[in-house]
Amino acid sequence: MAEREQIKKPAPQREQSDVEDAPAVSGQGEELKAELDELLDEIDEVLESNAEDFVKSYIQKGGQ
Amino acid sequence: MAVPKICGIETEFGIAHTGTEDSNPITASSLLINSYLSEVERTGEGGPASGVSWDFEDEMPGNDIRGIAPLGSLAPEIETHLVNAVLTNGARYYVDHAHPELSTPECSNALDVTRYDKAGELILMRSMESAARVLPRGQELVVYKNNSDGKGNSYGCHENYLMARTTPFSQIVVHATAHLVTRQIFTGSGKVGSEAPGLTTAEVPFQITQRADFFEEEVGLETTLKRPIINTRDEPHADARLYRRLHVITGDANMSEVATFLKVGTTAIVLAMVEDNVLPREFRFRTPVPAMRQVSYDLSLAKTLELADGTTATPLEIQWDLLDQARKYADSHGLDAVGGPVGDMVIDRWEQVLAGLEADPMTLARQLDWVAKYQLIRGLSQRHDLRPDDARLAALDLQYHDLRPERSVAARVGLEALVPAGDARAAISEPPPDTRAYFRGQCLKRWASSIVAANWDSIVFDVGDEPLRRVPMMEPARGTAEHVHDLLADCDTAADLLRRLADPSSR
Repeated sequence: MAEREQIKKPAPQREQSDVEDAPAVSGQGEELKAELDELLDEIDEVLESNAEDFVKSYIQKGGQ
Repeated sequence: MAVPKICGIETEFGIAHTGTEDSNPITASSLLINSYLSEVERTGEGGPASGVSWDFEDEMPGNDIRGIAPLGSLAPEIETHLVNAVLTNGARYYVDHAHPELSTPECSNALDVTRYDKAGELILMRSMESAARVLPRGQELVVYKNNSDGKGNSYGCHENYLMARTTPFSQIVVHATAHLVTRQIFTGSGKVGSEAPGLTTAEVPFQITQRADFFEEEVGLETTLKRPIINTRDEPHADARLYRRLHVITGDANMSEVATFLKVGTTAIVLAMVEDNVLPREFRFRTPVPAMRQVSYDLSLAKTLELADGTTATPLEIQWDLLDQARKYADSHGLDAVGGPVGDMVIDRWEQVLAGLEADPMTLARQLDWVAKYQLIRGLSQRHDLRPDDARLAALDLQYHDLRPERSVAARVGLEALVPAGDARAAISEPPPDTRAYFRGQCLKRWASSIVAANWDSIVFDVGDEPLRRVPMMEPARGTAEHVHDLLADCDTAADLLRRLADPSSR
């Protein structure tokens, strides 16, 4: 069998960062932004209307 | 050579009974499942077997792989009195710990597990619809495929993998821990806030997994308290001289098919490599339990984990190393143990996802649950200028996992599908062809009225004038379509089948 190409990546050289550091949105063109906006419009529509009550009442018994 | 990594997933679902003050999760779960079973029986579609219940004869969840039950450890209890059905697709659908739970049939590869996981979602959706028809107007049962209520209560999505009994357990512990801790970067379903003691949403506004907050031990028998990264339950549901079953309890329930596929597929390959003893490097964490949380809390994926040998590695570096080994393993040993071509698919997808995570996780918003959810949480926060502890963000988190099509957020984010919709629908009632689930499912389809009980490794028949007869299925890779299709086709009745099985010359 032909040798497969080894795709081992070099270790990413990044700065240490804190927990709250979030990955940046890169390469997000206007199109992607418009898509996300549209999605958020839809999400705003389907989200439970009383978020506070909904979240408070969602209580489960612990399982496995 | 590694034994076939026969595998499956068992999912405990969250359940809410709305429109009433007087709700009890055990009653609600029973009602949900019974409504489904009655509906299926009535319509004759995909049916379970009327009256066929689960057989607890061989259940021993308190057995410990290490051979001893440590003092003070809590062996799980079996609740035998609650609804507990076997479906014609080979799955088990039951009430467990106040949750509806569905175990997929045994599958030979990660793509089949993904298909049966999807079929499981469809079964739960149909169950909600069936329940709605019997509940008073204004009441509803709502099912969530998640692992936490955001208030410190967690419920599991467990995986099972067939392992050779001869594989040293200490080797499983080392390599499985390295994988389970670091695979979180693609298996996570994302969560707003933290439920670990002492941490607030201000400190952890969002994390990669639902489950990491709930692990307290490195190795142990428990599943509901003091959960361990490596669970030692020794209940192979198969010939115990040959096999053990590794019960993995760290994973999140995934809405994304890619995440489910990778979760099971990469783990099956890592376990096959452990069994064939090909992994040259041990990644032992200095402190595995905190490592689990560190990975889940670090959205940058850049923080290093401290290893016992004094070196460090990021989760991505460890995953790249495991992938590298998997490619070598595919060349040296082949991937038959993990489904052949499906194993190749796993490796290609694994690489694609690691490359995406390394370049920019946000490029994987259609592949990984935590990325899809994070993108929405961040978008909604910015749009309405919300604080991290705003209830709307917690609501969005929960609703991501709502299985009602009209409410599900996951259904709206354009997640990439791996399973054609028709295949998932067929899997509601058809068993997989290449494990013993085929025999179980076909027998239930054809002779439910002659079967009194079934479980993973046997079926009990009642053909009237004879004593009850238990047909053992101790070999998970036997009872496939290839083995028994012709035999089953030759039998008109269950009594014919029992006669044929009793007389080896006629098989």
